[in-house]
Amino acid sequence: MVSRSRSLLTAVAAFLLLVVLWELAKLVLPADGVTVGGTRLLPRTGDAAMPHVWTVLERLGTPEVAGAGSRTVGAAVASGALFTLGLALGGLVIGGVSGVLLALLMARFGLLQRAALPYVVASQTVPLIAVAPLVAGWGGKIHILGWAWQPWASVMVIAAYLAFFPVAVGMLRGLTSPAKADVELFRSLAAGWWTTLLRLRLPASVPHVVPAVRLAAAAAVVGAIVAEISTGTRGGIGRLIISYAQAATGDPSQMYAAILGAAVLGLVAAAAVGLLDVGLKRYRGSVS
Amino acid sequence: MTAPTDERHGRRPGSDGSAVRRNGWVAPVAFGVLVLLVWEGLVRLLGVPAFLLPAPTAIGAQIGSHLPVILETAAVTGGNALVGLVAGFLVGVLLALLASASRLVAELTTPVVLAGSAVPIVALAPVFTTMFGSTTEIPRRLVVTVVVIVPVFVSTVRGLRAVAPVHADLMTSLAATPAQFARFVRVPGAMPYIITGLRLAAPAAVIASIVAEYFGGLQNGLGSRITSAAANTAYARAWAFVAASIVLGLLFYLAGLLAERLATRGRTTT
Amino acid sequence: MTAVELEEVDKRFGEVHALDGIDLTIADGEFVSLIGPSGCGKSTLLRIIADLEQAGGGTVLVAGKSPQRARVDQEYGIAFQAAGLLEWRTVAENVELPLQVHGMGKAQRRARAAELLELVGLADFAASRPGQLSGGMQQRVAIARALAPSPRLLLMDEPFGALDEMTRERMQAELLRLARETGAAVLFVTHSIPEAAVLSDRVVVMSPRPGRITEVIGGCRPGGAVGDIDDVRESTAFFEAITAVRESLRKAHGS
Repeated sequence: MVSRSRSLLTAVAAFLLLVVLWELAKLVLPADGVTVGGTRLLPRTGDAAMPHVWTVLERLGTPEVAGAGSRTVGAAVASGALFTLGLALGGLVIGGVSGVLLALLMARFGLLQRAALPYVVASQTVPLIAVAPLVAGWGGKIHILGWAWQPWASVMVIAAYLAFFPVAVGMLRGLTSPAKADVELFRSLAAGWWTTLLRLRLPASVPHVVPAVRLAAAAAVVGAIVAEISTGTRGGIGRLIISYAQAATGDPSQMYAAILGAAVLGLVAAAAVGLLDVGLKRYRGSVS
Repeated sequence: MTAPTDERHGRRPGSDGSAVRRNGWVAPVAFGVLVLLVWEGLVRLLGVPAFLLPAPTAIGAQIGSHLPVILETAAVTGGNALVGLVAGFLVGVLLALLASASRLVAELTTPVVLAGSAVPIVALAPVFTTMFGSTTEIPRRLVVTVVVIVPVFVSTVRGLRAVAPVHADLMTSLAATPAQFARFVRVPGAMPYIITGLRLAAPAAVIASIVAEYFGGLQNGLGSRITSAAANTAYARAWAFVAASIVLGLLFYLAGLLAERLATRGRTTT
Repeated sequence: MTAVELEEVDKRFGEVHALDGIDLTIADGEFVSLIGPSGCGKSTLLRIIADLEQAGGGTVLVAGKSPQRARVDQEYGIAFQAAGLLEWRTVAENVELPLQVHGMGKAQRRARAAELLELVGLADFAASRPGQLSGGMQQRVAIARALAPSPRLLLMDEPFGALDEMTRERMQAELLRLARETGAAVLFVTHSIPEAAVLSDRVVVMSPRPGRITEVIGGCRPGGAVGDIDDVRESTAFFEAITAVRESLRKAHGS
């Protein structure tokens, strides 16, 4: 087995290798790319399209816009990423809890499982995110108990929606995973459905739920970013990427910095799920 | 979009936990019909506004009247998904073969692929647009390619690794060369896993293709149509395009499922 | 001519002393069983002979060569407890595998495989897939595969362990017939006392870890036509052999 420090070292080496490849591409490939029959096959590698890695990192420290009182790009990206992280995690929690509840209901009521499960499974194969622009349209038009629907709420709903399905499927799979022999053991001990759930099914479902939550987290992050773009939600990284992308011809490193921020956002969300995994270590069983 | 991996540990490929058994389609179909009826009824009775949820009949009407456009845009989005799927599949399998041949390659690619399954790959769309231009489909196809590489790579590596000890002993006893070992045991044994990777990647390719459209560039796909219809408050029309996206996703999924069934034909779970 | 010659063979796995001072000779055409409690190292010994493990000390000669040389020259065929058939190949293609690895031409391979399947009585299943066969039939295919390169030595590691008793007895008769017809020597690892007694010329009894040979007892291998095996099973000599092996095992365990 590879030791922790070694895998950390190789991870760092791998990313440094990517940086090297980036700079190598800039060095070796023509600045205007290679166009064959009207289609550009190799990308533009000039500084306007592919800034140097250090240029992008440098840009993080410089002001967003010229003029006094403007925050740095780094600050803008960080605040945007945090905002989106909040919405994504919020959506993950809402969607995840709902998914768990549905899974419990489906485990309890076979009819519901037979009727609804195919749709839940199928929903993972269809682009649910396509409804994002439509949920965006709820902004400002719905009032719940006097509270006007904010655009960020649409973002959270979409993130929750995307997190819901993988968690529901994973949880159900986990709840129904115990071997027949184990279930019969509990039955022979005259344990009721609730006790069996608590002592057998829930612990057994951990190795199935954690990967599902990992998947759901990644889906929630993408969903949040896309939803921000569709709803035009201010303060999030999605909107930031788009506005920087529009200025990309003049200021490409800004856009790259924002995308870097989005990548870090994804990694932080994954790390959060990793904490959950560690917390539930005891129930992990023999699944890696 | 996200890169799914088949986390069903210890489970042989060729089975996707078939939720719909052959004779169990009555309940889901009945459920679906019931939902549609209730939906239609609620919209009519409660006067639910169109921006919230149009009636199924209204959506159906829009599908009918806009069918040619729907098909045209679906072809564009589907085309991008297909190109990315094929490209990502080839690259993913190749990388996995390299990783199984060289420990160094394996150690270097694993953290990158792991990161790839966590980060929002579609956020790279603007990067590719800057590099390749905004009047070409290449940026989207690249996004799909990267998204597809992740599940294909993971599944293929797993498959190449999944050699039964008795088969390894057998080939050693026959004094087989490493090349023969790969040809007779490792690669054929990995085939079901590789095809499972394809099956998992297929719907992801469609999702990535649509999501990439939200980041600007050409406005000729399903994603852009949904956005523009919603912006013009033509909600039933927007939902019609959503329905088309769902159908496209299902088509890719079924194609992947079919490929998997064909590839594992005759094999049993020993 | 000896098929296998072992002198003072020793094997350790880290702290664990698996084999201690093994001396054994197997002549051409001889049928020898290795019997002992679980963990006594009998499978390890077989694997050392097959060059799937390295001996820690002592000399190992297979067909007069080093195990590695013998493996490369394909002097032996091996059958494991799991049949280990490749499920994506037909039965015939599975039998052809050793020949294919050694570069035999297609037509020749086909003919040889057909011959072998005829020998084990599975000619009708040549085009079937392993998944369609029962455990016993799969094991017969595995044996046919092991015999494909016409080896002088057959190494078998509890090949009938996963089969039910009736199938097992049938397979024992089959194996005896095949061994006689091919003239191969057989080293047969088992933990079934009656199986060792009825199949072998000699039964080698091993002690618990560290594995040593405690005693070698004469077996009841039937001489003439295969029908004799049922007679042997009902003979007094068989009962006496079983008793002898059982007592030897008990003694070995106690020591």
